Amino acid sequence: MTVTYEEALQTYEPVFGLETHVELGTTTKMFCGCLTAFGAEPNTHVCPVCLGLPGSLPVVNRRSIEFAIRIGLALNCSIASWCRFARKNYFYPDMPKNYQISQYDEPLCTDGYLDVLVGGATIRVGIERVHLEEDTGKSLHVGGATGRIQGAEYSLVDYNRAGIPLVEIVTKPVPGTGYLAPEVAKAYVTELRDVLRTLGVSDVRMEEGSMRCDVNTSLSIRGSGVWGTRTETKNVNSLRSVERAVRSEIERQAFVLDAGRRIIQETRHFHEDSGVTTSGRSKEEAQDYRYFPEPDLVPVAPDAAWVKSIGETLPELPSARRARLIESWSLSELEFEALRNAGALDEVEATVAAGASPADARKWWLGELARRANDSGVDVSELPITPAQVARVAALVASGALNDKLARQVIDGVLEGEGTPDEVVAARGLSVVSDDSALLAAIDEAIAANAEVADKIRGGKVAAAGALVGAVMKTTGGKADAPRVRELILERLA
Amino acid sequence: MDDLTTKTAAELAAAVAEGSVSAAEVTQAHLDRIAAVDGEVRAFLHVSAEYALDQARRVDDRRAAGEPLGALAGVPVAVKDLFTTVGAPTTCGSKILEGWYPPYESTITRRLREAGAILIGKTNMDEFAMGSSTENSGYGASRNPWDLARVPGGSSGGSAAAVAAYEAPLALGTDTGGSIRQPASVCGIVGAKPTYGGSSRYGVVAFASSLDTPGPFGRTVLDAALLHEAMSGHDPMDSTSIDAPVPPVVAAARHGDVAGLRVGVVTDLSGEGYQPGVMSRFTEAVEVLESLGAKVTELSCPHFKYALPAYYLIAPSECSSNLARFDGMRFGLRTGAGSAEEIMALTRAAGFGAEVKRRIMLGTYALSSGYYDAYYGKAQQVRTLIIQDFDAAFSQVDVLVSPVTPTTAFRLGERADDPMAMYLADLCTIPTNLAGNAAISIPCGLADEDGLPVGLQVMAPPLADDRLYRVGAAVEAAFTSRWGHPLLTEAKGLIPS
Repeated sequence: MTVTYEEALQTYEPVFGLETHVELGTTTKMFCGCLTAFGAEPNTHVCPVCLGLPGSLPVVNRRSIEFAIRIGLALNCSIASWCRFARKNYFYPDMPKNYQISQYDEPLCTDGYLDVLVGGATIRVGIERVHLEEDTGKSLHVGGATGRIQGAEYSLVDYNRAGIPLVEIVTKPVPGTGYLAPEVAKAYVTELRDVLRTLGVSDVRMEEGSMRCDVNTSLSIRGSGVWGTRTETKNVNSLRSVERAVRSEIERQAFVLDAGRRIIQETRHFHEDSGVTTSGRSKEEAQDYRYFPEPDLVPVAPDAAWVKSIGETLPELPSARRARLIESWSLSELEFEALRNAGALDEVEATVAAGASPADARKWWLGELARRANDSGVDVSELPITPAQVARVAALVASGALNDKLARQVIDGVLEGEGTPDEVVAARGLSVVSDDSALLAAIDEAIAANAEVADKIRGGKVAAAGALVGAVMKTTGGKADAPRVRELILERLA
Repeated sequence: MDDLTTKTAAELAAAVAEGSVSAAEVTQAHLDRIAAVDGEVRAFLHVSAEYALDQARRVDDRRAAGEPLGALAGVPVAVKDLFTTVGAPTTCGSKILEGWYPPYESTITRRLREAGAILIGKTNMDEFAMGSSTENSGYGASRNPWDLARVPGGSSGGSAAAVAAYEAPLALGTDTGGSIRQPASVCGIVGAKPTYGGSSRYGVVAFASSLDTPGPFGRTVLDAALLHEAMSGHDPMDSTSIDAPVPPVVAAARHGDVAGLRVGVVTDLSGEGYQPGVMSRFTEAVEVLESLGAKVTELSCPHFKYALPAYYLIAPSECSSNLARFDGMRFGLRTGAGSAEEIMALTRAAGFGAEVKRRIMLGTYALSSGYYDAYYGKAQQVRTLIIQDFDAAFSQVDVLVSPVTPTTAFRLGERADDPMAMYLADLCTIPTNLAGNAAISIPCGLADEDGLPVGLQVMAPPLADDRLYRVGAAVEAAFTSRWGHPLLTEAKGLIPS
C-alpha cells in the first residue's frame, strides 16, 4: 500500500522549501558575555541574562549582527537599514524567559538567492529572509521510551546553549525541480554549508546541532499550477536526511492524495533509522506566538558604510571559486562536482599552487589518496600528507625520477611518517633505473628467456613487446623507466 | 522621635562628611524610627538592619581613613522591592517570588552603594508594580502616614510612605504609569519620573519594559535631586539607557528661578472627575508660578484623552510577556507536581494575585493573532500621537503643568473592587510614560475638603529633567515661605509635631 517515488512524480510536481538554523561562531552569546563553547559542564556558561532572571536585560552582541550581515550579503540579500527584534512567546522549560528574542516581520536580510549545481545544471534557490534569534537551553528527558518530554520521569536542562546566536535562513518555495527535488534540497544545504564555512561564521556541524534543517514539502497535480498543503518536517539533521526526508514526504503525500484524502498542515518528525516521517503537532492546535517588538532592545540600524565594509571583506565564495577553477583548470561541471564531493577541493588547489599541474593534482587526490582515505575511514584532508608533498611527488614523476608505482611507495612512506618525499626516496632507495647498460643486460636476459616473443617482434608484431617490458620491470624490481625499456627492446630486435 | 530622622538627606550627607554625626548613628536612628512606626505604616517588606549598619560602619571607616566619600555617604535609602539586591530578598510584592534572593545587584542600587548610601530595606508595592494603592501587594497594604485609614498611593506606595513617615529621607521607586508621582502626591512629598532611559532598568524587575522608569522620592526638591543625580547615567547593561550626560538636576534644585520661564497649563487634564480641592490647590500653584515671573499660557494636548486606554493595552501586553518567566522552574514559588505544564499553571495560579492575572489576560488577548493590529498596534499609534502632542506643546512652552492625580488619597478598600476607578488615579501621569519624557510631583498644599496633600505635576521634554527641579525648587520655596514650614509638618497621624 505505497506509492513509489516514480509513480508519485508521474502525477505530482513537488514544491519544497527549507528553514535552516545555524549557530553562529561568535565567542560570546547573543545578549550577554557568556562563552558559547560547545561541550562545557552543564550550566557553567550562564549568567542572569541568559538564565532570564527577573530584572536582567539583553544587550545585542555586535559581532552577531556582523555575522548575519555577512551571511545576507553572501546570499545576495538586501540588508535592512533599520529593523527590530521581536518576542516570540511560548512556554517551555528550556526557554528561560518563556519567550525567545527573535525577528518577525522586520528581518535583517531579505530577498536573496543561492545558486546550486545539480547534475551539471545550475538551479537558483530563492532566499526569503535571514534573521537573528537566540537559541534555547537543551533538555534531556530521562526515563521515557521516546526521549521526548511526554512520558519522561524527569528532565534535566542545560542552559549553556541558551542565548547562543542563531540565524534562521528561509528559502522561498522551490518549484519546478521535478524528479530532482530531493537532490536539489540536499545540494542547497550542502552549498549553504560550504558558504557558511567559507564565511567563517559557524562550524556548521549538523551532527553537533550547530546546523539544523526543517523541510517544507507540498505537492501539486502536474500542470494544475495550484500548490497543495505543505507539511514541515523537523529533525532533519544530516545532508543525506535532507534528501531522504523530501523523498519520503513526496511518497507519503502522493499516497494520501491518491487515496482521496487531504494533506493536513502539520509538523512532522523525520526518523533517521526508518527514513520516514511521522505526525507531530498539527497547525490547527499550533501556538499563537503573540509576536511583538522587543521593548528591551533598541532597533538595529547598521549604517551603510559598515555594511559596505563587511561586503568588501567577504572571502571568495564557493560559486565564484567554482567558476574560477572550472575556467582555469578546464574542467567540466561534472568533474568539478566529483572533486568537491570528494572533499578534495582545498587540497587540489593547494597542490596546484605548490607547482603541480591541475591534472596531476586531481589524479593523485581523487585516485590514490582518496582510496587510502576511504580505507582508513578519514577525510582526504585528514591524511598526514601535505599538498606540497603531493606536488613534490608529482614533480618527481614528471621529471622521470619516479614512475607511478614508485611514487605510490613514496606516498606510503610519507603516510607512514618516514619523512618528506625526498627523504623517503633516499631512505628506501627508490629511483628509476636509467642506466641503459644496466637495462640492456636485463633486456638480453629477457629476450633469451622469451625467444618466441622475440621472434614475433622481429616479425613486426611490435605490440608483443609488452611481455618483454613486463619481464624487465620484474627483474629490475620496478625501478626501470618502462617507456625507455620498450625503446631499447625495439632497437635490439630491429 | 530622634532628631536625625527629621533632617534632610542634604543635611545628613553634610553632617556625615564633616564628622558631626556618624553614618552608624544616622542609620541606627532610622532603624529605631522604623521599629517604632512601621508596625502601623507597613512601608517595609524587609529591613536590612545588620546589613545597613555594616554599610554605615564602612562609610565611617572610610571617613576615618581620610578617603573620599560619595555624594550620599551615610544617607539611608529605602528601596522598592523590585530592585534586585544581593543579600536582601526581592519579592516585587508577589507571593510568586517569596524568599527569592537575587544573585546579582541592580545597576542603580550598586551605584547608590558606591555613593555611600545606606540601603536600609525593601519597601512594599503593588504586586509587580500594578496598582495605585499598594492594596495589590501579596503582603498586605501600606498606610498613608497622613491618615492610616487611607492608601499611600502606588505602586511605589511603600517607598512614599517610608519617606513621609520619616523612616528614610530618600527612597527609590519606579514609575510605569505614575507609580512614583501619584504616591508622592498623596503622601505630600517630592517624587520624580526621570526621562525614560535616563535611569538604568538593569536589575529592575520589569512590569512594562517600554514604560518602566526608576526614580527618586525625597521630602525636599533638593533631596530628590541628589538621589536623581546619584542613580542616573548611562548603563551599558541596559540597551535603552541613554548615552548622554545626566541633566544637572542638583544645580537646578539649588537655583529655583522661574522668571521668564514659559509654563503651559494642560487644559485637557482637568474637569469632570477632578476633586475641587485638588483643582483649587493646582490653580493656586499656577498663580504662584505667575507671581514668580513665569509666563503662563493654557494649551491643549488633544490626544491625552486616549492615553489611559492606550496604556491599558501596551502595559498589559508587555507584562504578559515579561511575567511569563515566573513559571516555578528555576526560582521562586513552585506549586504542584506532575508535568512541567501542570507545575507552571498551578504555580502561576497560586503565586499571582488577581490584578496581575487580569493584566496578563488583557495583554495576552491584545497580542493575539488577529487582534494585534486592533489593540496593540492601535495603541502604539496613539502613543505616537501623544508624543506629537508633547512635541507641539514644548515648541511653545518650556514646561507643562497639571494636577498629579484627580483626587487626594482614597480610603483603603474604597476602590479595591473597582479596577476602573483605580486606573483613573493615573489619568494625568500616563501621557508622560507613553512619551518617555520627564515629570515630577511637588507638594502644593492640602485639599480644603479633606485636609490631604495635593501635588503639582511639572512635565519637561526628554533630557530636560533639570527644568523639573528648577520649577520645583521655586514652588517649594514660595509655598514654604507662605506656610511658614514644610507641608509635611502639618500631617497628623504619625508625623511628630
